[in-house]
Amino acid sequence: MSSASVGEAKQSARKTRILVAKPGLDGHDRGAKIVARAYRDAGFEVVYSGLHQTPEQIVNTALQEDVDLIGLSCLSGAHTYLFPRVIELLRDNKADDIAVIGGGIIPEDDILKLKKGGIKEIFLPGTSINEIVNWTRANVNPHPRAETE
Amino acid sequence: MKKNLPMKLAREVLQGNVRAAARLIRYVEDELPSAIEELKVLYPYTGKAYIIGITGSPGSGKSTLVDVLIDAFRKKSKTVGVIAVDPSSPFSGGAILGDRIRMQRHAIDEGVFIRSLATRGWHGGLSKATASVIHVMDAMGRDFILVETVGAGQAEVDIMDFAHTSIVTLVPGTGDWVQTLKAGILEIADIFVVNKADKEGANALKVELQTMLHMNAHSSEAWKPRIFLTEAINNKGIDGLVEGIYQHREFLFASGKYDAHAKEKGRLELIEVLRSSLTDRILQIASRDDYLDRVIDDLANRRTDPYSAASNIIKRVLREGIF
Repeated sequence: MSSASVGEAKQSARKTRILVAKPGLDGHDRGAKIVARAYRDAGFEVVYSGLHQTPEQIVNTALQEDVDLIGLSCLSGAHTYLFPRVIELLRDNKADDIAVIGGGIIPEDDILKLKKGGIKEIFLPGTSINEIVNWTRANVNPHPRAETE
Repeated sequence: MKKNLPMKLAREVLQGNVRAAARLIRYVEDELPSAIEELKVLYPYTGKAYIIGITGSPGSGKSTLVDVLIDAFRKKSKTVGVIAVDPSSPFSGGAILGDRIRMQRHAIDEGVFIRSLATRGWHGGLSKATASVIHVMDAMGRDFILVETVGAGQAEVDIMDFAHTSIVTLVPGTGDWVQTLKAGILEIADIFVVNKADKEGANALKVELQTMLHMNAHSSEAWKPRIFLTEAINNKGIDGLVEGIYQHREFLFASGKYDAHAKEKGRLELIEVLRSSLTDRILQIASRDDYLDRVIDDLANRRTDPYSAASNIIKRVLREGIF
């Protein structure tokens, strides 16, 4: 069995884990892939669950993978149903400590409603990758509820 | 989640609670001291699951194969745990964990628990946490645990230390006979899967593998590795493969090799835990008063060599006492 270089292994503890998910029926995942890649390059562990996921699949995946953040990407217009449903299922599972953000083509009018419903942030087309990564660094910590809670 | 009282997670894991198991796995990966205490509670309840390793080159169909195996075991009313390992970036430390994309149809099945792990600098095709993560899923009461390695080339053979049955997946058209002569990954297979068998060269590859196996030293007690042609994505050839897994399992039980394997696994794990905790402790002590930093500077300036430096560190630690 082979070991990591020791110093590196110690520094790598407490990783932020993120689920990037595509709820619903649209097949446009370039944005999701670019965000996933940017998160990888920022040092996060990113689970990508692929296209056409139901909110139930997304929430179960988040629980099994113990992620700190779910990033939902939706370009179909069904975000007004799909995003709040993810929040609802997280609450049902007493897992609403997992933050949820969204991206895609979201009309301004919907953003306020989604945020009121518990979505932490919405990123629209044209948002720079740095902005998303910086927001995540500032607002998401790897399982802060550990140990001392 | 509410307060994490000591051993609270372990108790919930023993009741099969997925969220508690996922959280404990996280603590294990992050090397939190409390994880060790929880694992101590779980260990007596482990040793019941049957562990299957799936390794092979990137793109050979490992994840798709795991997906159809999950399906096959669920049809037999068995519960399944999946550990899917993908590489961490050597630069950022980040990772894309994408194996479960192929398995998402099982995401809402309570009898299936899929957990992705990043290698976090570990070599050999797995992550450091793998042994402990297997214990967690075992203690949850999962009947079968499928461990998918990172895309492996020739030498990533750690999986054989963990799995009762090691499956090596190959695809046609990735090399000629000389590859089957080489040492390494082809030696560890209990079962070969020639996946994407609709592609040209599948039968030729099977023949090459058979030729390789004929050259193995024959002993009547040894398991003779089986070869299965599959098209995992079309669910073809899977019944035969599952039958082969069960036959290998029967062989391990009947030959006494199952118990021997358990003993060997315990020995390897103990040595590994000893090695890693000892090294951590030694480095901790050697780091006092910037001693380690000075030694590393001396190394860079060629004022010392790694052999003398290591020997001096050990002397220093023994002098100061290790605890």
